[in-house]
Amino acid sequence: MAKHVVAAVADIPPGTRKLAQVNGRAIVVFNLGGEFFALNNRCPHRGGSLFHGKQTGLVESDGPGNYRYSRPGEIIRCPWHGWEFDVRTGQSWCDPARVRARRYDVSVQPGTRLIAGAYVAETVPVTVEDDYVVVEA
Amino acid sequence: MNIEVRQPVHGAKDSGKARVGIFDCDIHPKSSLEDLRPYLSNRWWDYLQTYGQRQRHGYVKGFPYPKSQPLASRRDSWPPGGGLPASDLDFMRQQHLDFYGIEWGIMNPLSPTGQGEQNDELSAAMAFAANEYQLEGWNRRDPRLKASVVIPYENGEMSRAEIRKRAGDRRFAHVLFLSRTSELLGKRRYWPIFEAAVEAGFPIGVHVFGSSGRPMSNTGWPSFYVEEITEHSASLAASVTSLIVEGVFERYPELKIVLIEAGFAWIPSLGWRLDQNWKRMKDEVPHLRRAPSEYLREQFWVSTQPMEEAEEPDHVLDMMAWIGWDKILFASDYPHWDFDDPFVALPPGLSEERRNKIYSGNAKALYRLD
Amino acid sequence: MIGALAAIDCDVHPTVPAMTALSPYLDDFWRAAVVERGINSLETVTYPPNAPLTARPQWRDKNGRAATSAAELTAQVCDRWQAGIAILNCLYGVGLLFSEDMAFAFTRALNDWVAKEWLERDPRLRASIVVPLQNTEYAVDEIERCAQDRRFVQILVLAMQEMPLGRRHFWPIYAAAERHGLPLGIHAGSTYRHSITSLGWPSYYIEDYASHTQAFQSQLASLVCEGVFAKYPGLKVVLLESGVTWLPAFLWRFSKFWRGVRAEVPWVDRSPAEIVRDHVRLTIQPFDAPAEADRVERAIDHLRSDAILLYASDFPHWQFDGDETMPAGIPPALRRKILVENPLATYDRLTL
Repeated sequence: MAKHVVAAVADIPPGTRKLAQVNGRAIVVFNLGGEFFALNNRCPHRGGSLFHGKQTGLVESDGPGNYRYSRPGEIIRCPWHGWEFDVRTGQSWCDPARVRARRYDVSVQPGTRLIAGAYVAETVPVTVEDDYVVVEA
Repeated sequence: MNIEVRQPVHGAKDSGKARVGIFDCDIHPKSSLEDLRPYLSNRWWDYLQTYGQRQRHGYVKGFPYPKSQPLASRRDSWPPGGGLPASDLDFMRQQHLDFYGIEWGIMNPLSPTGQGEQNDELSAAMAFAANEYQLEGWNRRDPRLKASVVIPYENGEMSRAEIRKRAGDRRFAHVLFLSRTSELLGKRRYWPIFEAAVEAGFPIGVHVFGSSGRPMSNTGWPSFYVEEITEHSASLAASVTSLIVEGVFERYPELKIVLIEAGFAWIPSLGWRLDQNWKRMKDEVPHLRRAPSEYLREQFWVSTQPMEEAEEPDHVLDMMAWIGWDKILFASDYPHWDFDDPFVALPPGLSEERRNKIYSGNAKALYRLD
Repeated sequence: MIGALAAIDCDVHPTVPAMTALSPYLDDFWRAAVVERGINSLETVTYPPNAPLTARPQWRDKNGRAATSAAELTAQVCDRWQAGIAILNCLYGVGLLFSEDMAFAFTRALNDWVAKEWLERDPRLRASIVVPLQNTEYAVDEIERCAQDRRFVQILVLAMQEMPLGRRHFWPIYAAAERHGLPLGIHAGSTYRHSITSLGWPSYYIEDYASHTQAFQSQLASLVCEGVFAKYPGLKVVLLESGVTWLPAFLWRFSKFWRGVRAEVPWVDRSPAEIVRDHVRLTIQPFDAPAEADRVERAIDHLRSDAILLYASDFPHWQFDGDETMPAGIPPALRRKILVENPLATYDRLTL
């Protein structure tokens, strides 16, 4: 496991996501209202690319006929079979105990620290003025 | 702004499992009505512009069981250059045909084809146009893509005429029905179609969907899309039963039927049930000279998609073994959302020999491509 | 003593000899109407009277009918086949009538006839309450009335209805059933509101009989998707005379699609396969089985539940030969569960 710079913070505005190659893996990085989350891009069901899926809200219910929609943008649905994953935790909604999308720790680091420290900045040019999204994978 | 990638990223390792070229028995190219225009008379073009299609359900666009994703398609199948899923051959090659090494694929166009259209003549006109366009707009540009003979299946004679036009044309793989016909498939009204297909040497592909004009189940109308799509195996079972019990295969022993997109795990139990009842009540059907399960075994093929997902994967292998390893044909259903990725769809535990049969060997034998 | 029970037969059928048998249980108006309108019979083509499946030849009386008396039925089912308890499911075609009021009157009479002519005659007999689904208020009424007699252990409906059974329209009936601890028994058969396959009317009876499995699938899908088990967590469902081996493939397909379309029915909070294993039971005759015994055992493995199968002979329907009430290939460890334990666990009113 190492820390990889995947983007400048400004490159992933709130409500958007980016697909990054990290250490030979495709990882999708989300910005939920200023907080960053990262999931393995490969859907654990049959390998669809989660990045290409639908970012939507959580649908729950108090009982038959009731649809309760919350947490808009915090669920990513696989573009193929539509499985729903919690962006924050990677937990699936159809089988939360057994199926999850693998998640990775994400932090925001200032350029000054990156230039000084042992981070892998593969393709993202780093300047001291900006902040960067760092994924541990 | 999200960073777009031209190809979907697959983590699936190609461990050599798909080294044999894949024969994909269910691809849905999307043509537009404009594409069909050169092959339609002014009478029917004008009719379509003015009155449109009426296909035994109520909506001009869409379905009373709305799909779970737009156009029931994978969200990553919308071509970056624009257009509907599977409308762009270049993108289809990139994302599917070349990506997976599809050596040969059958196009089962779903719309616009006029299948199930309430007006027989319009249905026949559109079928002709859909067939011409499959050749000109798809097969000519990529010969890997074989056409289906789209027919106005609710009219036996018109269908026979269309099949005869295509007889001997090896760019066509099979004759196409949708599964929700207005009567059970074994009924006499469809026999001219079987006769023509056999004469022409075509198997018949029965692909799920369509609208029969009857409630979506034999106990009325369900409420939900998830019920609708689950139900396909049940209604297809009724038509399979009908084909067998009406004696269609006694009359047309060469007839071959491919069941597309209904899964397959329901087949063994249907054979057991029919056999049990036939043993008790043979006198009702003296025209059947063999047990129903024998016709099921000999005359039917199944496509793999949507691949069965049992809680214990070995159970799926049981079903495949009971159906017969030589009767199973790989299908992707590209570009629909319940698509099967050929690299990962087959259950684990299959021998190389069986995988190759499913990927290509069985299709080669059935469609006489050897 | 429950411990001494060798078997509980969860599906046997009393035969109504003629409409006049119900006359004593009708009020003056309906008794007269039956005569004046020439309503002689409500037998249905689900079981054509002379078809082999309908009854074994040796069980038929001089009129060609079987199971016309409690004595005859219990002699076979209880004495010969050792069922300490047998549950009567009367299939007389009251469910096919369109007039709600007529259906209500005839159904009441039918349940009264079952109580008087059958339950009174032999303490080993129990019955299902035939429910007039034509009108849900009437249906609830009839459940409330018959539930007072604890020999009624289940409510009974036919598998093919005008609309799928999960629809909210029917919910007052499930509320009543749950309240009284009565499982919902869904039996092969049709009210003939629609063609018996979703693609039309088959030419042959063999096809008719095959069509019931489709209805059972659609009913399970409906009950789960509409949220009946979420709303009535105490409700159990018994699928009677369904064939059994269709179930695993159906659950795989249904559960697979549910995983991707979950948000359409978010009150379904776990896999349909789990919900069905929790709430649904199936009687074992007919058991649509392969000829090979080893495949039978494998087919039962596919069900992934020891609790799901209930013994039934389906008397007088001709589903097996001789005394082979239990299909070959059922693992011995499962036999006692099927014969006694699972039925006891399913039918609250069978416990002493």
